[in-house]
Amino acid sequence: MINLRGTWAIYKQEVSRAWRAVFGTIVSPVLTTSLYFIVFGSAIGGQMQAVGGVNYGAFIVPGLLMLTLLSESTSNASFGIYMPRFTGSIYELLSAPVGVTETLIGFVGAAATKSLILAAIILATATVFVDYTIAHPILAIGYIMLVAASFSLLGFILGIWAEGFEKLQMIPMLVLMPLTFLGGTFYSIDMLAEPWRSVALFNPIVYLVNGLRWTFYGSSDVNILVSVGSTFAFLALCVVVIAVIFKTGWRLRN
Amino acid sequence: MAAGIANDAGMEPILDIRGLSKTYTGGFKALDNVDLQIRKGEIFALLGPNGAGKTTLIGSVCGMVRPTAGTIHAFGLDMKKHWREARQRIGLVPQELGFDIFDTVDRQMSYSRGLFGRAPDRERVTQILRSLQLEDKRRDQIRKLSGGMKRRVLIAKALSHDPDLLFLDEPTAGVDVELRRDMWRLIGQLREQGVTIILTTHYIEEAEEMADRVGIIDKGRILLVDEKHAIMARLGRTEAHFTLEQPMQAVPEALGRYNIHLHDDGRLLCYRGGNGTGNGKADVAEIARILVEQGIRFTALDQSESSLEDIFVEMMQDQEAGA
Ligand SMILES: Nc1ncnc2c1ncn2[C@@H]1O[C@H](COP(=O)(O)OP(=O)(O)OP(=O)(O)O)[C@@H](O)[C@H]1O
Ligand SMILES: [Mg+2]
Repeated sequence: MINLRGTWAIYKQEVSRAWRAVFGTIVSPVLTTSLYFIVFGSAIGGQMQAVGGVNYGAFIVPGLLMLTLLSESTSNASFGIYMPRFTGSIYELLSAPVGVTETLIGFVGAAATKSLILAAIILATATVFVDYTIAHPILAIGYIMLVAASFSLLGFILGIWAEGFEKLQMIPMLVLMPLTFLGGTFYSIDMLAEPWRSVALFNPIVYLVNGLRWTFYGSSDVNILVSVGSTFAFLALCVVVIAVIFKTGWRLRN
Repeated sequence: MAAGIANDAGMEPILDIRGLSKTYTGGFKALDNVDLQIRKGEIFALLGPNGAGKTTLIGSVCGMVRPTAGTIHAFGLDMKKHWREARQRIGLVPQELGFDIFDTVDRQMSYSRGLFGRAPDRERVTQILRSLQLEDKRRDQIRKLSGGMKRRVLIAKALSHDPDLLFLDEPTAGVDVELRRDMWRLIGQLREQGVTIILTTHYIEEAEEMADRVGIIDKGRILLVDEKHAIMARLGRTEAHFTLEQPMQAVPEALGRYNIHLHDDGRLLCYRGGNGTGNGKADVAEIARILVEQGIRFTALDQSESSLEDIFVEMMQDQEAGA
Protein backbone atom coordinates (compact mmCIF):
# COMPACT_ATOMS: atom_id res chain seq x y z
CA MET A 1 0.00 0.00 0.00
CA ILE A 2 1.41 3.34 -0.90
CA ASN A 3 1.49 5.96 1.79
CA LEU A 4 -0.97 8.54 0.48
CA ARG A 5 -0.64 10.88 3.45
CA GLY A 6 3.11 10.77 3.07
CA THR A 7 2.83 11.60 -0.61
CA TRP A 8 0.54 14.49 0.15
CA ALA A 9 2.88 15.75 2.89
CA ILE A 10 5.82 15.86 0.47
CA TYR A 11 3.75 17.52 -2.23
CA LYS A 12 2.34 20.14 0.13
CA GLN A 13 5.73 20.85 1.64
CA GLU A 14 7.31 21.34 -1.78
CA VAL A 15 4.55 23.62 -3.01
CA SER A 16 4.73 25.71 0.16
CA ARG A 17 8.49 25.96 -0.26
CA ALA A 18 7.86 27.44 -3.69
CA TRP A 19 5.42 29.97 -2.30
CA ARG A 20 8.03 31.09 0.16
CA ALA A 21 10.32 31.81 -2.75
CA VAL A 22 7.59 33.32 -4.89
CA PHE A 23 10.00 35.76 -6.47
CA GLY A 24 12.34 33.11 -7.78
CA THR A 25 9.57 30.73 -8.73
CA ILE A 26 7.17 33.05 -10.48
CA VAL A 27 8.26 36.65 -10.74
CA SER A 28 11.67 36.13 -12.25
CA PRO A 29 10.63 33.77 -15.07
CA VAL A 30 7.71 36.04 -15.94
CA LEU A 31 10.04 39.01 -16.10
CA THR A 32 12.49 37.10 -18.28
CA THR A 33 9.83 35.95 -20.74
CA SER A 34 8.35 39.43 -20.89
CA LEU A 35 11.76 40.73 -21.91
CA TYR A 36 11.98 38.09 -24.65
CA PHE A 37 8.58 39.14 -25.92
CA ILE A 38 9.55 42.80 -25.93
CA VAL A 39 12.84 42.17 -27.72
CA PHE A 40 12.00 39.31 -30.09
CA GLY A 41 8.26 39.70 -30.35
CA SER A 42 7.69 43.42 -30.57
CA ALA A 43 11.01 45.04 -31.43
CA ILE A 44 12.63 42.55 -33.81
CA GLY A 45 9.45 40.64 -34.60
CA GLY A 46 7.97 43.72 -36.23
CA GLN A 47 10.67 43.48 -38.91
CA MET A 48 10.26 39.71 -39.42
CA GLN A 49 7.98 38.10 -41.93
CA ALA A 50 5.41 35.53 -40.89
CA VAL A 51 6.68 31.97 -40.44
CA GLY A 52 4.52 29.38 -42.16
CA GLY A 53 1.62 31.80 -42.13
CA VAL A 54 1.99 32.59 -38.43
CA ASN A 55 2.92 36.08 -37.33
CA TYR A 56 6.47 36.03 -35.89
CA GLY A 57 5.46 37.30 -32.45
CA ALA A 58 2.88 34.54 -32.16
CA PHE A 59 5.28 32.01 -33.69
CA ILE A 60 7.72 32.32 -30.78
CA VAL A 61 5.10 31.90 -28.02
CA PRO A 62 5.30 28.09 -27.84
CA GLY A 63 9.10 28.22 -28.09
CA LEU A 64 9.39 30.70 -25.23
CA LEU A 65 6.92 28.72 -23.18
CA MET A 66 9.02 25.60 -23.77
CA LEU A 67 12.17 27.48 -22.81
CA THR A 68 10.71 28.43 -19.45
CA LEU A 69 9.05 25.08 -18.93
CA LEU A 70 12.28 23.15 -19.44
CA SER A 71 14.46 25.28 -17.24
CA GLU A 72 11.92 25.78 -14.45
CA SER A 73 10.79 22.15 -14.27
CA THR A 74 14.39 20.99 -14.17
CA SER A 75 15.58 23.48 -11.59
CA ASN A 76 12.49 23.21 -9.35
CA ALA A 77 12.78 19.48 -9.04
CA SER A 78 16.55 19.44 -8.73
CA PHE A 79 16.52 22.02 -5.94
CA GLY A 80 13.64 20.23 -4.29
CA ILE A 81 15.63 17.05 -3.74
CA TYR A 82 19.07 18.64 -3.51
CA MET A 83 18.21 20.96 -0.60
CA PRO A 84 17.31 18.18 1.86
CA ARG A 85 20.56 16.45 0.97
CA PHE A 86 22.42 19.68 1.51
CA THR A 87 20.78 20.62 4.82
CA GLY A 88 20.74 17.06 6.15
CA SER A 89 16.96 16.93 6.48
CA ILE A 90 16.93 14.04 4.00
CA TYR A 91 17.28 11.70 6.99
CA GLU A 92 13.58 12.13 7.62
CA LEU A 93 12.59 11.19 4.11
CA LEU A 94 14.88 8.18 4.19
CA SER A 95 13.56 6.96 7.53
CA ALA A 96 9.91 7.57 6.71
CA PRO A 97 7.53 4.97 5.32
CA VAL A 98 7.77 6.47 1.84
CA GLY A 99 9.40 4.84 -1.16
CA VAL A 100 10.19 5.79 -4.70
CA THR A 101 6.51 6.12 -5.66
CA GLU A 102 5.60 8.54 -2.88
CA THR A 103 8.78 10.53 -3.31
CA LEU A 104 8.38 10.85 -7.06
CA ILE A 105 4.73 11.79 -6.99
CA GLY A 106 5.41 14.28 -4.20
CA PHE A 107 8.50 16.00 -5.56
CA VAL A 108 7.84 15.70 -9.27
CA GLY A 109 4.17 16.44 -8.85
CA ALA A 110 5.00 19.63 -6.97
CA ALA A 111 7.64 20.66 -9.49
CA ALA A 112 5.23 19.98 -12.34
CA THR A 113 2.45 21.90 -10.60
CA LYS A 114 4.70 24.92 -10.31
CA SER A 115 5.62 24.64 -13.97
CA LEU A 116 1.98 24.47 -15.01
CA ILE A 117 1.07 27.53 -12.98
CA LEU A 118 4.01 29.26 -14.51
CA ALA A 119 2.95 28.22 -18.02
CA ALA A 120 -0.48 29.68 -17.42
CA ILE A 121 1.04 32.93 -16.20
CA ILE A 122 3.37 33.13 -19.18
CA LEU A 123 0.57 32.52 -21.66
CA ALA A 124 -1.40 35.26 -19.95
CA THR A 125 1.62 37.56 -20.09
CA ALA A 126 2.05 36.78 -23.79
CA THR A 127 -1.42 38.12 -24.61
CA VAL A 128 -0.18 41.53 -23.50
CA PHE A 129 2.47 41.54 -26.22
CA VAL A 130 1.15 39.46 -29.11
CA ASP A 131 -2.02 38.02 -30.57
CA TYR A 132 -1.98 34.26 -30.71
CA THR A 133 -4.44 31.40 -30.83
CA ILE A 134 -4.24 27.81 -29.69
CA ALA A 135 -5.55 25.33 -32.24
CA HIS A 136 -5.67 22.32 -29.93
CA PRO A 137 -5.97 23.64 -26.36
CA ILE A 138 -6.56 20.25 -24.72
CA LEU A 139 -3.57 18.71 -26.48
CA ALA A 140 -1.52 21.78 -25.60
CA ILE A 141 -2.29 21.36 -21.90
CA GLY A 142 -1.61 17.64 -22.13
CA TYR A 143 1.71 18.22 -23.86
CA ILE A 144 2.74 20.93 -21.38
CA MET A 145 1.98 18.53 -18.53
CA LEU A 146 3.95 15.76 -20.18
CA VAL A 147 6.99 17.99 -20.69
CA ALA A 148 6.73 19.44 -17.17
CA ALA A 149 6.63 15.95 -15.66
CA SER A 150 9.49 14.65 -17.83
CA PHE A 151 11.83 17.50 -17.05
CA SER A 152 10.90 17.48 -13.39
CA LEU A 153 12.04 13.87 -13.41
CA LEU A 154 15.26 14.91 -15.12
CA GLY A 155 15.71 17.61 -12.50
CA PHE A 156 15.12 15.08 -9.77
CA ILE A 157 17.91 12.92 -11.16
CA LEU A 158 20.23 15.92 -11.39
CA GLY A 159 19.43 16.88 -7.80
CA ILE A 160 20.45 13.43 -6.62
CA TRP A 161 23.53 13.34 -8.83
CA ALA A 162 24.82 16.81 -7.93
CA GLU A 163 27.30 17.15 -5.10
CA GLY A 164 27.41 20.92 -5.08
CA PHE A 165 25.49 23.92 -6.31
CA GLU A 166 27.79 24.22 -9.31
CA LYS A 167 27.00 20.75 -10.55
CA LEU A 168 23.35 21.41 -9.88
CA GLN A 169 23.31 24.21 -12.43
CA MET A 170 25.77 22.69 -14.87
CA ILE A 171 23.39 20.62 -16.98
CA PRO A 172 20.66 23.29 -17.20
CA MET A 173 23.22 25.96 -18.09
CA LEU A 174 25.58 24.04 -20.33
CA VAL A 175 23.25 21.58 -22.00
CA LEU A 176 19.59 22.54 -21.77
CA MET A 177 19.96 26.26 -22.35
CA PRO A 178 22.08 26.07 -25.56
CA LEU A 179 20.01 23.21 -26.96
CA THR A 180 16.83 25.17 -26.35
CA PHE A 181 18.16 28.27 -28.05
CA LEU A 182 19.36 26.19 -30.99
CA GLY A 183 16.21 24.09 -30.95
CA GLY A 184 14.02 26.36 -32.98
CA THR A 185 12.65 28.49 -30.17
CA PHE A 186 13.00 31.65 -32.20
CA TYR A 187 12.99 30.22 -35.72
CA SER A 188 11.74 27.40 -37.83
CA ILE A 189 14.51 24.96 -38.62
CA ASP A 190 13.36 25.15 -42.23
CA MET A 191 14.94 28.60 -42.19
CA LEU A 192 18.36 26.96 -41.71
CA ALA A 193 20.65 26.10 -44.59
CA GLU A 194 22.00 22.59 -44.99
CA PRO A 195 23.89 20.97 -43.32
CA TRP A 196 22.61 22.88 -40.28
CA ARG A 197 19.04 21.84 -40.83
CA SER A 198 20.02 18.16 -40.67
CA VAL A 199 22.25 18.78 -37.68
CA ALA A 200 19.35 20.47 -35.90
CA LEU A 201 17.30 17.29 -36.25
CA PHE A 202 19.69 15.65 -33.77
CA ASN A 203 18.72 18.20 -31.15
CA PRO A 204 15.99 16.63 -28.99
CA ILE A 205 14.64 20.03 -28.00
CA VAL A 206 13.61 20.64 -31.63
CA TYR A 207 11.00 17.92 -31.20
CA LEU A 208 9.71 19.39 -27.96
CA VAL A 209 9.39 22.92 -29.30
CA ASN A 210 7.78 21.70 -32.48
CA GLY A 211 5.45 19.40 -30.63
CA LEU A 212 4.12 22.31 -28.63
CA ARG A 213 4.05 24.55 -31.69
CA TRP A 214 1.92 21.99 -33.46
CA THR A 215 -0.68 22.11 -30.68
CA PHE A 216 -0.77 25.90 -31.12
CA TYR A 217 -0.79 26.31 -34.88
CA GLY A 218 -1.48 22.88 -36.31
CA SER A 219 1.80 22.73 -38.19
CA SER A 220 5.41 22.05 -37.30
CA ASP A 221 8.83 21.22 -38.72
CA VAL A 222 8.71 17.61 -37.54
CA ASN A 223 6.08 14.92 -37.22
CA ILE A 224 3.96 15.49 -34.09
CA LEU A 225 3.83 11.76 -33.39
CA VAL A 226 7.61 11.61 -33.30
CA SER A 227 7.57 14.51 -30.83
CA VAL A 228 5.03 12.95 -28.51
CA GLY A 229 6.54 9.49 -28.82
CA SER A 230 10.05 10.63 -27.97
CA THR A 231 8.82 12.74 -25.05
CA PHE A 232 7.08 9.70 -23.61
CA ALA A 233 10.21 7.63 -24.18
CA PHE A 234 12.26 10.26 -22.33
CA LEU A 235 9.79 10.24 -19.44
CA ALA A 236 9.97 6.45 -19.23
CA LEU A 237 13.76 6.55 -19.30
CA CYS A 238 13.83 9.02 -16.40
CA VAL A 239 11.44 6.86 -14.37
CA VAL A 240 13.65 3.83 -14.92
CA VAL A 241 16.78 5.75 -13.92
CA ILE A 242 15.09 6.97 -10.73
CA ALA A 243 13.82 3.50 -9.88
CA VAL A 244 17.38 2.20 -10.21
CA ILE A 245 18.70 5.06 -8.07
CA PHE A 246 16.25 4.19 -5.30
CA LYS A 247 16.90 0.49 -5.59
CA THR A 248 20.64 0.93 -5.23
CA GLY A 249 20.40 3.87 -2.86
CA TRP A 250 22.96 5.72 -4.99
CA ARG A 251 23.87 9.10 -3.45
CA LEU A 252 20.90 8.79 -1.07
CA ARG A 253 21.77 5.96 1.27
CA ASN A 254 25.30 5.18 2.34
CA MET B 1 13.67 -13.06 39.13
CA ALA B 2 12.48 -16.39 37.76
CA ALA B 3 9.32 -14.70 36.55
CA GLY B 4 11.45 -12.11 34.82
CA ILE B 5 13.35 -14.74 32.94
CA ALA B 6 10.19 -16.60 31.95
CA ASN B 7 8.70 -13.35 30.70
CA ASP B 8 11.78 -12.66 28.73
CA ALA B 9 11.84 -15.98 27.02
CA GLY B 10 8.21 -15.66 26.06
CA MET B 11 8.48 -12.15 24.72
CA GLU B 12 9.58 -11.48 21.19
CA PRO B 13 12.14 -8.66 21.01
CA ILE B 14 10.77 -5.41 19.61
CA LEU B 15 13.95 -5.08 17.60
CA ASP B 16 16.00 -8.05 16.53
CA ILE B 17 19.28 -7.44 14.75
CA ARG B 18 21.29 -10.42 13.54
CA GLY B 19 24.65 -10.62 11.83
CA LEU B 20 24.53 -6.97 10.85
CA SER B 21 27.62 -5.76 9.02
CA LYS B 22 28.32 -2.56 7.18
CA THR B 23 31.30 -1.88 4.99
CA TYR B 24 31.28 1.65 3.59
CA THR B 25 32.35 2.27 0.03
CA GLY B 26 36.07 2.68 0.41
CA GLY B 27 36.27 -0.51 2.43
CA PHE B 28 35.86 0.76 5.98
CA LYS B 29 34.09 -1.79 8.15
CA ALA B 30 31.88 0.26 10.46
CA LEU B 31 29.78 -2.64 11.76
CA ASP B 32 31.06 -6.13 12.20
CA ASN B 33 28.54 -8.93 12.65
CA VAL B 34 26.37 -7.18 15.21
CA ASP B 35 23.71 -9.14 17.09
CA LEU B 36 21.38 -7.13 19.25
CA GLN B 37 17.94 -7.74 20.71
CA ILE B 38 15.95 -4.91 22.23
CA ARG B 39 13.09 -5.66 24.61
CA LYS B 40 9.76 -3.98 24.43
CA GLY B 41 9.45 -1.02 26.75
CA GLU B 42 13.07 -0.78 27.81
CA ILE B 43 15.54 2.06 27.62
CA PHE B 44 18.65 0.78 25.98
CA ALA B 45 21.85 2.81 25.97
CA LEU B 46 24.43 2.21 23.29
CA LEU B 47 27.70 3.36 24.67
CA GLY B 48 30.85 3.77 22.64
CA PRO B 49 33.63 6.17 21.68
CA ASN B 50 33.67 8.36 18.55
CA GLY B 51 33.54 6.31 15.40
CA ALA B 52 32.42 3.13 17.18
CA GLY B 53 29.56 2.63 14.75
CA LYS B 54 26.60 3.85 16.82
CA THR B 55 25.17 6.15 14.15
CA THR B 56 25.80 3.53 11.49
CA LEU B 57 23.84 1.00 13.55
CA ILE B 58 20.91 3.36 13.96
CA GLY B 59 21.10 4.32 10.29
CA SER B 60 20.93 0.67 9.28
CA VAL B 61 17.69 0.21 11.20
CA CYS B 62 16.12 3.51 10.17
CA GLY B 63 17.01 3.45 6.49
CA MET B 64 19.84 5.93 6.00
CA VAL B 65 22.43 3.18 5.67
CA ARG B 66 22.21 0.08 3.52
CA PRO B 67 23.57 -2.84 5.51
CA THR B 68 26.13 -5.03 3.76
CA ALA B 69 24.89 -8.14 5.53
CA GLY B 70 22.49 -9.24 8.22
CA THR B 71 18.81 -9.07 9.02
CA ILE B 72 16.73 -6.61 11.00
CA HIS B 73 13.28 -7.37 12.37
CA ALA B 74 11.20 -4.72 14.10
CA PHE B 75 7.90 -5.59 15.78
CA GLY B 76 8.42 -9.05 14.30
CA LEU B 77 8.45 -7.62 10.77
CA ASP B 78 11.34 -8.11 8.39
CA MET B 79 12.53 -4.57 7.66
CA LYS B 80 13.58 -5.57 4.16
CA LYS B 81 10.10 -6.65 3.20
CA HIS B 82 7.74 -4.79 5.50
CA TRP B 83 9.64 -1.55 5.86
CA ARG B 84 6.57 0.62 5.33
CA GLU B 85 4.66 -0.88 8.25
CA ALA B 86 7.71 -1.05 10.47
CA ARG B 87 8.93 2.48 9.79
CA GLN B 88 5.53 3.95 10.60
CA ARG B 89 6.19 2.97 14.18
CA ILE B 90 9.79 4.12 14.44
CA GLY B 91 10.97 7.60 15.33
CA LEU B 92 14.45 9.02 14.95
CA VAL B 93 16.21 11.99 16.46
CA PRO B 94 19.42 12.29 14.47
CA GLN B 95 22.78 13.29 15.84
CA GLU B 96 23.16 16.24 13.49
CA LEU B 97 20.71 19.10 13.22
CA GLY B 98 19.14 19.03 9.80
CA PHE B 99 16.02 20.71 8.57
CA ASP B 100 14.61 23.33 6.31
CA ILE B 101 15.48 26.29 8.55
CA PHE B 102 13.20 28.69 6.70
CA ASP B 103 10.17 26.63 7.59
CA THR B 104 8.08 27.15 10.72
CA VAL B 105 7.89 24.72 13.62
CA ASP B 106 4.22 24.10 12.99
CA ARG B 107 4.62 23.27 9.35
CA GLN B 108 7.54 20.99 10.04
CA MET B 109 5.44 19.15 12.59
CA SER B 110 2.58 18.51 10.20
CA TYR B 111 5.06 17.56 7.50
CA SER B 112 6.67 14.94 9.76
CA ARG B 113 3.34 13.59 10.90
CA GLY B 114 2.06 13.33 7.35
CA LEU B 115 5.25 11.75 6.09
CA PHE B 116 4.74 8.92 8.54
CA GLY B 117 1.21 8.40 7.32
CA ARG B 118 -0.72 9.92 10.21
CA ALA B 119 -3.81 12.10 9.83
CA PRO B 120 -3.47 15.72 10.97
CA ASP B 121 -4.13 16.13 14.69
CA ARG B 122 -3.61 19.61 16.04
CA GLU B 123 -4.41 18.59 19.57
CA ARG B 124 -1.71 15.94 19.65
CA VAL B 125 0.85 18.23 18.01
CA THR B 126 0.10 20.88 20.60
CA GLN B 127 0.64 18.34 23.38
CA ILE B 128 3.98 17.30 21.99
CA LEU B 129 5.13 20.89 21.50
CA ARG B 130 4.01 21.72 25.02
CA SER B 131 5.93 18.82 26.52
CA LEU B 132 9.04 20.26 24.89
CA GLN B 133 8.26 23.86 25.81
CA LEU B 134 7.91 24.78 22.17
CA GLU B 135 4.29 25.82 22.19
CA ASP B 136 4.95 29.53 21.94
CA LYS B 137 7.47 28.96 19.16
CA ARG B 138 5.19 27.11 16.82
CA ARG B 139 4.81 29.95 14.38
CA ASP B 140 8.50 30.84 14.41
CA GLN B 141 10.90 30.07 11.64
CA ILE B 142 13.33 27.42 12.79
CA ARG B 143 16.35 29.54 11.88
CA LYS B 144 15.33 31.99 14.60
CA LEU B 145 15.52 29.40 17.36
CA SER B 146 18.55 28.73 19.51
CA GLY B 147 20.56 25.54 19.06
CA GLY B 148 18.91 23.87 22.04
CA MET B 149 15.47 24.84 20.77
CA LYS B 150 16.31 23.43 17.35
CA ARG B 151 17.22 20.16 19.03
CA ARG B 152 13.85 20.16 20.78
CA VAL B 153 12.18 20.65 17.41
CA LEU B 154 13.99 17.58 16.11
CA ILE B 155 12.68 15.61 19.05
CA ALA B 156 9.17 16.97 18.57
CA LYS B 157 9.30 15.96 14.91
CA ALA B 158 10.41 12.45 15.83
CA LEU B 159 7.50 12.19 18.27
CA SER B 160 4.96 13.69 15.89
CA HIS B 161 3.70 10.29 14.73
CA ASP B 162 3.73 8.69 18.19
CA PRO B 163 6.36 6.04 17.50
CA ASP B 164 6.56 2.83 19.53
CA LEU B 165 10.31 2.62 19.04
CA LEU B 166 12.38 5.76 19.37
CA PHE B 167 16.02 6.25 18.47
CA LEU B 168 17.87 9.12 20.06
CA ASP B 169 21.32 9.59 18.58
CA GLU B 170 23.29 11.57 21.17
CA PRO B 171 20.25 13.45 22.42
CA THR B 172 22.18 15.50 24.91
CA ALA B 173 25.35 16.30 22.98
CA GLY B 174 25.97 20.02 23.18
CA VAL B 175 22.93 20.92 25.26
CA ASP B 176 22.96 22.69 28.60
CA VAL B 177 22.33 21.07 31.95
CA GLU B 178 18.74 22.22 32.11
CA LEU B 179 17.81 20.87 28.72
CA ARG B 180 19.59 17.66 29.55
CA ARG B 181 17.48 17.28 32.69
CA ASP B 182 14.36 18.08 30.65
CA MET B 183 15.34 15.47 28.16
CA TRP B 184 15.87 12.82 30.80
CA ARG B 185 12.47 13.66 32.23
CA LEU B 186 10.88 13.39 28.82
CA ILE B 187 12.56 10.05 28.17
CA GLY B 188 11.21 8.83 31.50
CA GLN B 189 7.70 9.94 30.54
CA LEU B 190 7.92 8.25 27.17
CA ARG B 191 8.98 5.04 28.80
CA GLU B 192 5.97 5.22 31.08
CA GLN B 193 3.82 5.52 27.96
CA GLY B 194 5.35 2.28 26.76
CA VAL B 195 7.76 3.67 24.19
CA THR B 196 10.91 1.62 23.71
CA ILE B 197 13.93 3.88 23.58
CA ILE B 198 17.37 3.30 22.16
CA LEU B 199 19.81 6.08 22.82
CA THR B 200 23.45 6.52 22.08
CA THR B 201 25.69 8.52 24.28
CA HIS B 202 29.23 9.31 25.22
CA TYR B 203 28.10 10.35 28.68
CA ILE B 204 28.34 7.36 30.91
CA GLU B 205 26.35 8.99 33.68
CA GLU B 206 23.53 9.32 31.20
CA ALA B 207 23.49 5.59 30.58
CA GLU B 208 23.82 5.02 34.29
CA GLU B 209 20.95 7.34 35.09
CA MET B 210 18.51 6.41 32.36
CA ALA B 211 19.10 2.99 30.91
CA ASP B 212 17.72 -0.39 31.87
CA ARG B 213 20.30 -2.11 29.75
CA VAL B 214 23.57 -1.02 28.30
CA GLY B 215 25.41 -2.17 25.21
CA ILE B 216 29.03 -1.30 24.74
CA ILE B 217 30.21 -0.93 21.16
CA ASP B 218 33.66 -0.29 19.79
CA LYS B 219 35.16 -0.59 16.33
CA GLY B 220 31.89 -1.87 14.97
CA ARG B 221 31.59 -4.72 17.44
CA ILE B 222 29.27 -5.12 20.37
CA LEU B 223 31.54 -5.97 23.28
CA LEU B 224 28.95 -6.41 25.94
CA VAL B 225 25.20 -6.19 26.45
CA ASP B 226 23.63 -6.58 29.83
CA GLU B 227 21.38 -5.13 32.47
CA LYS B 228 22.96 -2.01 33.79
CA HIS B 229 22.90 -3.48 37.29
CA ALA B 230 24.34 -6.77 36.11
CA ILE B 231 27.22 -4.98 34.43
CA MET B 232 27.84 -3.10 37.62
CA ALA B 233 27.57 -6.33 39.59
CA ARG B 234 29.85 -8.28 37.30
CA LEU B 235 32.47 -5.65 36.77
CA GLY B 236 31.80 -3.12 39.49
CA ARG B 237 34.19 -2.89 42.40
CA THR B 238 34.34 -1.28 45.80
CA GLU B 239 37.69 0.08 46.85
CA ALA B 240 38.55 1.14 50.39
CA HIS B 241 41.78 2.55 51.79
CA PHE B 242 42.35 2.54 55.53
CA THR B 243 45.18 4.82 56.68
CA LEU B 244 46.68 3.13 59.74
CA GLU B 245 48.07 4.90 62.78
CA GLN B 246 50.83 2.27 63.16
CA PRO B 247 52.44 0.49 60.19
CA MET B 248 51.60 -3.17 59.97
CA GLN B 249 53.87 -6.09 58.90
CA ALA B 250 51.22 -8.49 57.67
CA VAL B 251 47.49 -8.61 57.12
CA PRO B 252 45.85 -9.86 60.33
CA GLU B 253 44.52 -13.41 60.40
CA ALA B 254 40.96 -12.19 61.00
CA LEU B 255 40.93 -10.35 57.66
CA GLY B 256 42.28 -13.32 55.76
CA ARG B 257 39.10 -13.95 53.80
CA TYR B 258 39.12 -10.49 52.20
CA ASN B 259 41.07 -9.32 49.23
CA ILE B 260 43.42 -7.04 51.14
CA HIS B 261 46.89 -5.74 50.44
CA LEU B 262 49.24 -3.52 52.36
CA HIS B 263 50.85 -0.53 50.71
CA ASP B 264 53.02 2.41 51.69
CA ASP B 265 55.26 0.36 54.03
CA GLY B 266 52.28 -1.09 55.81
CA ARG B 267 50.64 2.27 56.54
CA LEU B 268 47.84 1.78 54.03
CA LEU B 269 45.47 -1.17 54.13
CA CYS B 270 43.72 -1.55 50.80
CA TYR B 271 40.57 -3.52 50.11
CA ARG B 272 39.23 -4.24 46.66
CA GLY B 273 36.17 -6.37 46.09
CA GLY B 274 32.44 -6.59 46.04
CA ASN B 275 30.33 -6.60 42.95
CA GLY B 276 28.71 -3.23 42.69
CA THR B 277 25.48 -4.34 44.32
CA GLY B 278 26.40 -3.21 47.81
CA ASN B 279 28.15 -6.22 49.28
CA GLY B 280 31.47 -4.44 48.84
CA LYS B 281 30.22 -1.73 51.15
CA ALA B 282 29.13 -4.37 53.65
CA ASP B 283 32.61 -5.87 53.46
CA VAL B 284 34.17 -2.51 54.24
CA ALA B 285 31.91 -2.05 57.24
CA GLU B 286 32.86 -5.51 58.48
CA ILE B 287 36.57 -4.85 57.97
CA ALA B 288 36.26 -1.62 59.94
CA ARG B 289 34.54 -3.49 62.77
CA ILE B 290 37.24 -6.18 62.85
CA LEU B 291 40.00 -3.56 62.90
CA VAL B 292 38.37 -1.81 65.82
CA GLU B 293 37.83 -5.11 67.58
CA GLN B 294 41.52 -5.99 67.15
CA GLY B 295 42.52 -2.62 68.51
CA ILE B 296 44.05 -1.53 65.21
CA ARG B 297 43.47 2.20 64.92
CA PHE B 298 43.03 3.99 61.61
CA THR B 299 42.98 7.73 61.01
CA ALA B 300 41.22 7.87 57.64
CA LEU B 301 38.98 5.81 55.44
CA ASP B 302 38.53 6.44 51.73
CA GLN B 303 35.92 4.42 49.95
CA SER B 304 34.82 4.50 46.32
CA GLU B 305 32.54 2.58 44.03
CA SER B 306 33.69 2.04 40.47
CA SER B 307 31.18 3.54 38.09
CA LEU B 308 30.10 2.41 34.69
CA GLU B 309 32.68 4.86 33.52
CA ASP B 310 35.55 2.94 35.10
CA ILE B 311 34.17 -0.25 33.64
CA PHE B 312 33.90 1.34 30.26
CA VAL B 313 37.40 2.77 30.35
CA GLU B 314 38.76 -0.56 31.54
CA MET B 315 37.03 -2.42 28.75
CA MET B 316 38.37 -0.02 26.19
CA GLN B 317 41.88 -0.48 27.56
CA ASP B 318 41.54 -4.27 27.46
CA GLN B 319 40.32 -4.00 23.90
CA GLU B 320 43.32 -1.83 23.00
CA ALA B 321 45.70 -4.26 24.62
CA GLY B 322 44.07 -7.20 22.91
CA ALA B 323 44.11 -5.57 19.48
N1 LIG C 1 29.45 7.72 4.78
C1 LIG C 1 30.55 7.16 5.28
N2 LIG C 1 31.53 6.74 4.48
C2 LIG C 1 32.64 6.16 4.96
N3 LIG C 1 32.87 5.95 6.26
C3 LIG C 1 31.93 6.36 7.14
C4 LIG C 1 30.72 6.98 6.69
N4 LIG C 1 29.97 7.27 7.78
C5 LIG C 1 30.68 6.86 8.84
N5 LIG C 1 31.85 6.31 8.47
C6 LIG C 1 32.87 5.72 9.35
O1 LIG C 1 32.28 4.67 10.08
C7 LIG C 1 32.74 4.68 11.41
C8 LIG C 1 31.56 4.69 12.35
O2 LIG C 1 30.90 5.91 12.24
P1 LIG C 1 29.63 6.26 13.11
O3 LIG C 1 29.15 7.59 12.69
O4 LIG C 1 28.68 5.14 13.04
O5 LIG C 1 30.27 6.34 14.57
P2 LIG C 1 29.60 6.81 15.93
O6 LIG C 1 29.76 5.70 16.89
O7 LIG C 1 28.23 7.31 15.70
O8 LIG C 1 30.55 7.99 16.34
P3 LIG C 1 30.22 9.36 17.11
O9 LIG C 1 30.19 9.01 18.55
O10 LIG C 1 31.38 10.21 16.77
O11 LIG C 1 28.94 9.87 16.59
C9 LIG C 1 33.62 5.91 11.56
O12 LIG C 1 34.97 5.47 11.52
C10 LIG C 1 33.32 6.74 10.36
O13 LIG C 1 34.46 7.41 9.91
MG1 LIG D 1 27.30 9.06 15.90
